[in-house]
Amino acid sequence: MKYLHLVFAGLFRKKIRTTLTLLSVVVAFLLFGMLQAVSEAFQAGSDRARSDRLITNSRYSIIEMLPISYLQQIEAVPGVRTVAFASWFGGSYQDRPAQFGIFPVDPERYLQAVPEIQLPADQAERWRNTRDGAIVGRSLAERLGWRIGDRVTIVADIWPRRDGGNDWNFEITGLYTNPDSQQSESGLLFQYEYFDEARQWGRGTVGWFLVQVEDPDRAEDVAVAVDALFANSPNETKTQTEKAFAQGFARQFGDIGLIVSAILGAVFFTILVLAGNTMAQAVRERVPELAILKTLGFSDRAVLGLVVAESLALTLVGGLLGLGLAALALGAVGAALAGFGIEGMSTSVVLLGIGAMVALGLAVGLPPALRAMRLRVVDALGGHQ
Amino acid sequence: MNMLRQVLVVTLMNLRSLPQRWSTSLVIVVGIAGVVGVLTAILAMGEGFRATLGQAGKTDQAIVLRSGATSELTSGLDRESADLIKGSAGVARNAAGRPIASAEILVIADLPKRGTGTLANAPIRGVQPEAFELRPEVRIIAGRNFTAGPRELIVGRGAASQFEGLDLGARLAFRDADWTVVGLFEADGGVHESELWGDAETVMSAYRRGGFQSVTVQLESEAAMTTLRAALADEPRLNVEAQTLRAYYTSQAQQMSLIINVLGYTVGYIMAIGALFGALNTMYAAVSTRSREIATLRALGFGGGAIVASVLVEAMLLALAGGMIGGGLAWLIFNGYTVSTLGANFSQVAFDFKVTGELLRRGLAAALVIGLLGGLLPAWRAARQPVTTALRAL
Repeated sequence: MKYLHLVFAGLFRKKIRTTLTLLSVVVAFLLFGMLQAVSEAFQAGSDRARSDRLITNSRYSIIEMLPISYLQQIEAVPGVRTVAFASWFGGSYQDRPAQFGIFPVDPERYLQAVPEIQLPADQAERWRNTRDGAIVGRSLAERLGWRIGDRVTIVADIWPRRDGGNDWNFEITGLYTNPDSQQSESGLLFQYEYFDEARQWGRGTVGWFLVQVEDPDRAEDVAVAVDALFANSPNETKTQTEKAFAQGFARQFGDIGLIVSAILGAVFFTILVLAGNTMAQAVRERVPELAILKTLGFSDRAVLGLVVAESLALTLVGGLLGLGLAALALGAVGAALAGFGIEGMSTSVVLLGIGAMVALGLAVGLPPALRAMRLRVVDALGGHQ
Repeated sequence: MNMLRQVLVVTLMNLRSLPQRWSTSLVIVVGIAGVVGVLTAILAMGEGFRATLGQAGKTDQAIVLRSGATSELTSGLDRESADLIKGSAGVARNAAGRPIASAEILVIADLPKRGTGTLANAPIRGVQPEAFELRPEVRIIAGRNFTAGPRELIVGRGAASQFEGLDLGARLAFRDADWTVVGLFEADGGVHESELWGDAETVMSAYRRGGFQSVTVQLESEAAMTTLRAALADEPRLNVEAQTLRAYYTSQAQQMSLIINVLGYTVGYIMAIGALFGALNTMYAAVSTRSREIATLRALGFGGGAIVASVLVEAMLLALAGGMIGGGLAWLIFNGYTVSTLGANFSQVAFDFKVTGELLRRGLAAALVIGLLGGLLPAWRAARQPVTTALRAL
């Protein structure tokens, strides 16, 4: 710590150069923060998904429907605590495909099987008693300006009504919250009973079942038992943990993680060359100064430390500024991209970023620092580098 | 004239000294190569995606979906509706007097992806014979076409490259029977190459469906679109909407194109700013190593303009080199690289990265702009440097 002023003196020796290098590090970490947040948003579903809940859908594909009569049979499987179900509604809101999930569910069962969703008791009561009632996630309601008691119209794409119309009207009877994640507060849930009566086709079918198991360690056994029930029937099933389901789904978008790492790889390589060059140059220019330090009694190690500290200071200051900017940018852009579930910067991104800053600082600072350490005072002072 | 000569002489002299400063010059080249490479690669992805969907975007063909449906997958048409649509006014007829129209069913099968083995949604299209008349670009490149009746499929080139086990003669077990892959087809790189095709009735009976999802028709002319729309609206038994294939596929591509462009330009601009700082750094360093040389030139009577020009030319040449390396790398690594993603029909669409000449030109233009901006301030400083101090320095 007592050498801090020496580190600063080194950095401020050439202000323009230091500033420019710092700014390019800022830019690198701005990109790092934003891209990691996007990449995390794509994985978020699977990170949050639970391993004590199973999803049972048609073996052939998620779009095939299953008979609702499977419910009782699944419920009877040993190890199953509760069973709920949902279907994909799709639809458009205000002339654009809805940017939020809409699911017909059984209120009682759904709230039981998905306990992370929190809904005040009176609102749950009101939902159960309102045939066309719907509950929506609080962050979604805030985004669209919905309040309890409002009526909203969703235009169906998959599910026309029996009367031939496409308009589905819902009364908002509650706002649910999810303390774990705002991203999950972006659905609209309405009564299955209403859905089933009013839809034109597919009556008596559901998209998938949500199976809450008693013991997460036995989830795999329960999954096998459920699928065995319906093997060789006209509607075979595929049961997997919610986590596996979410991972599979995220992968369908392609390897977002790979694209992000490829971009970041290019960015960091560029910055590495850039900052590395500057540091090397800075040390080269200061050889006589470093030699004087050694003459004054600074050990080889201390000189090494000084140079490395300089480059670490550069990457850490630049990196933290960059991450801060990224957090600001995500706050601004996130509102527009809320449909993609970008939530801002998480602690894990910040930690990963700090790791990257240290790595970059060492990669950039060590080679010139080692050279500085091995410097022979006589040669350096004599001008023979 | 004299001015031009000065510029030329100083610039050439400067460039000859470049090799001695190669390590700092490298910064500008690598920085800009990075920007141009990443920007070109991301935009090439968007270009490829649009090209794939654009192939199918004919303006003299229309697709009819249930009203309200936003894609084939969310649509549904019963047999009666399909027949009514095919017989509608505005639909062209072939030599045999039959309407050139194909009622089609699109379903999804979970198939393992190549490489990862994870299940992904593969689109299976059940078509009627006229489908091949509607899409002459669909050509069998191996094996033969499917026949109606037995459970046979032909597989698009894109699908075969993205999914495991879709080779000729392969058997797929889904829906209580085995399906055989009897042929491979290509479709000029269009979206149908991502699909598996079979006979409409066979697919329908396997998936226990009683109807179709879309009807694609050949219009008598582009203008007949209005006729078709009017005829469909006048038929009380129908509740459908028609749009040209171009309009349909444009809307399908919209969201993905938007995401790719936003990603590409955001990352590109931010990286460009980073590279600009790198360029400034390099050029400042170049000017400071040359400071005695510049001062000597000034003392000999060379004008400030010549000095500015020599710095700018150096910056832009280095930037150009960086731009060419970046664009070249993007082309070498990514051109033709096939990826797939979840398209609007909730199924995998395979597409190739397309590094077009236009993208390369744009990349080089970006490189030159960064070079120019990066050279400007240092050049200014070089020209303004007081001669006496610079000569005395060091």
